[in-house]
Amino acid sequence: MNGWLKDREHLARMAVIFAGALVLFLVVRAVMVPNGFGTYGHFRSGALKDNASHPLSYAGRQACGDCHDDIVASRKGSKHERIGCEACHGPLSVHADDPDKMKPVLPDAKTICLTCHLENVTKPKSFPQIDPAEHGDGGPCTSCHNPHHPEIS
Amino acid sequence: MESLLHSVQGFIYPDELQLQWSILIVLYPFITGLVAGAFILASLERVFNVEAVKPTYRLALLTALAFMIVAPLPLQLHLGHPERSFEMYLTPHTTSAMAMFGFVYLWYLMAVLVLEIWLDFRKDIVLTARASKGAKRALYRAMALWSDNISERSLRIDDKVGKFITIVGIPSAFLLHGYVGFIFGSVKANPWWSSPLMPVVFIFSAMVSGIALVMLMYQAVNWYRKTAVQMSCLDTIARYLLYAFIIDFSLEMLDLVHRIYEADESFKTLDFMVHTKLYFSQIILQIFVGTLVPIGLLALVQLVSVRERARRIIYGASGVLTLVGIFAMRWNVVIGGQLFSKSLLGYTTYKMGFATREGLLPALILLLLPFAILYLLVKLLPPWPEGDLARKE
Ligand code: HEC
Ligand code: HEC
Ligand code: HEC
Ligand code: HEC
Repeated sequence: MNGWLKDREHLARMAVIFAGALVLFLVVRAVMVPNGFGTYGHFRSGALKDNASHPLSYAGRQACGDCHDDIVASRKGSKHERIGCEACHGPLSVHADDPDKMKPVLPDAKTICLTCHLENVTKPKSFPQIDPAEHGDGGPCTSCHNPHHPEIS
Repeated sequence: MESLLHSVQGFIYPDELQLQWSILIVLYPFITGLVAGAFILASLERVFNVEAVKPTYRLALLTALAFMIVAPLPLQLHLGHPERSFEMYLTPHTTSAMAMFGFVYLWYLMAVLVLEIWLDFRKDIVLTARASKGAKRALYRAMALWSDNISERSLRIDDKVGKFITIVGIPSAFLLHGYVGFIFGSVKANPWWSSPLMPVVFIFSAMVSGIALVMLMYQAVNWYRKTAVQMSCLDTIARYLLYAFIIDFSLEMLDLVHRIYEADESFKTLDFMVHTKLYFSQIILQIFVGTLVPIGLLALVQLVSVRERARRIIYGASGVLTLVGIFAMRWNVVIGGQLFSKSLLGYTTYKMGFATREGLLPALILLLLPFAILYLLVKLLPPWPEGDLARKE
């Protein structure tokens, strides 16, 4: 062994270990980083396609109106007019495609109303809120309010 | 929800009700601070060749390593999914200061601490390998990378390389901890944190806590091994502690004076917080018990002559108080910064769990874990001057 290296050999061994670790890391990185990562940003570009190919579950309120124009009409002028049908009825694209294939289950009014209207200090004061223990005599909300046009007067 | 609202004063936004950064996030800068501080102390000894503090050099390095191994654990426990932390090496996010920490950490752990310790202990490792048999021999042979060369020249070369690493290591240690301060200092939405002084204050408080820890460890280790403490060594470390402490305290006061004089729109809110919710942890623990008292004690030793036994007690007491003070400082930064609302109109309260994932119990375990690791490291690589096992056996 030549003289210069002789007393540095242990350092060379350590250097080889570091270099080996670096190479191993680069290999692991090449294997683990998914294809297309970074093409459009800090994510896998294929994720866009994957998401786009998920089956649709919401049809959108336009679609509902095609067949349920009575409901659309009954909502006219109500404060609920602008709320999407599926916000209360849940995703119904299968039903909208073919009504015979799937008949929607009607939502439980009380549960669905309270998700939005239950009193809570963190909600803006201007938003109508009620405490079900004090409001409506414990009856079902729909006995007094029409869900599609809840204003009473 | 209702019950939580009782801990609120004034107006706060809904997402400010509960603190997201728990005691584990307090622990994290505390531990990295100890690492950086212990390492900086060891490095100063080496670079400036301070003979008096030599006995603590290796102990300080091993202490730094033990705490360094534990440093990321509070973060991983806080975030959950520790296996995902590897991702930040695979797909580094260069615009995120937090994500880049992985590289700072790895650099400091592998390129600085492990290398420096290896070079410094190489002779002992080889001698131990030579003197032992079986599995132990195999272990030490592996740690020496199967090299048996401890010729004068090779050790001289090691020393030179080690010194180079130390010199690279000092800015790395500053980076490691200055960076932790940077993370807080750069949160511009939070007036309690956002300050360019933050990294500097963090570095000096890190040095203070690291030096105090090494000073305590040195006494504790000698007490445990029933060996004599070298008073000249202890005196010198205590002096360094005093100097670092004075700089640290001056910087914090500078920050305070600046805030008071500037008195920007957040000042009233923060001032109120310091006088109420943070009164105990900031005024009493951090400033009085954890800073003024230890500075006073350490300065006393410089001014009047104190007998050796009393000095040892003073050093022990001021070391413990210093650590309490620096922990309180981390607490006040991390917890304090989340107690007031961004609206500057209200406050919330931190409720710490006990045996929960981010409660007191895991925090205590994480705080004790480095000492267990240090115990193993010391078994593996005895840092004492008469350390090479070869001679003992
Ligand atoms: C292609 C026409 C069509 C479209 C589009 C459509 N529906 Fe229907 N829907 C029907 C028919 C027909 C029925 C009656 C089915 C039955 O009674 O068996 C029905 C029944 C319902 C019912 C149950 C009524 C009951 O009395 O039980 C609900 C609720 C409903 N639809 C909601 C929706 C919503 C919300 C949408 C939009 C996502 C929608 N529908 C889109 C045709 C349609
Ligand atoms: C605020 C929630 C809400 C919204 C928004 C809403 N619904 Fe309803 N809908 C209900 C509830 C609750 C019932 C069940 C009423 C009951 O139990 O008597 C219902 C019943 C129905 C029914 C069957 C009973 C009936 O009155 O004919 C149809 C059809 C229907 N909704 C369609 C629609 C369509 C179409 C839209 C959008 C244009 C819509 N809904 C928007 C809550 C809502
Ligand atoms: C998706 C959320 C949502 C759900 C579910 C919902 N609402 Fe509403 N409701 C609203 C919004 C939004 C308004 C309009 C508020 C405004 O304009 O300030 C409103 C307005 C009202 C009003 C009118 C209040 C007024 O100021 O006159 C009544 C009554 C009402 N809802 C009753 C109900 C009932 C009964 C149900 C259950 C069938 C229900 N809401 C379900 C969102 C909801
Ligand atoms: C016994 C009849 C009755 C029942 C049952 C009832 N309400 Fe009402 N609700 C009323 C009347 C009356 C008003 C006042 C109408 C108005 O001012 O336009 C009202 C008003 C409201 C308002 C508006 C409050 C405001 O501050 O403007 C909301 C929201 C509401 N009801 C939700 C509900 C919900 C949700 C339920 C079911 C848990 C329910 N109501 C059950 C009678 C009833």
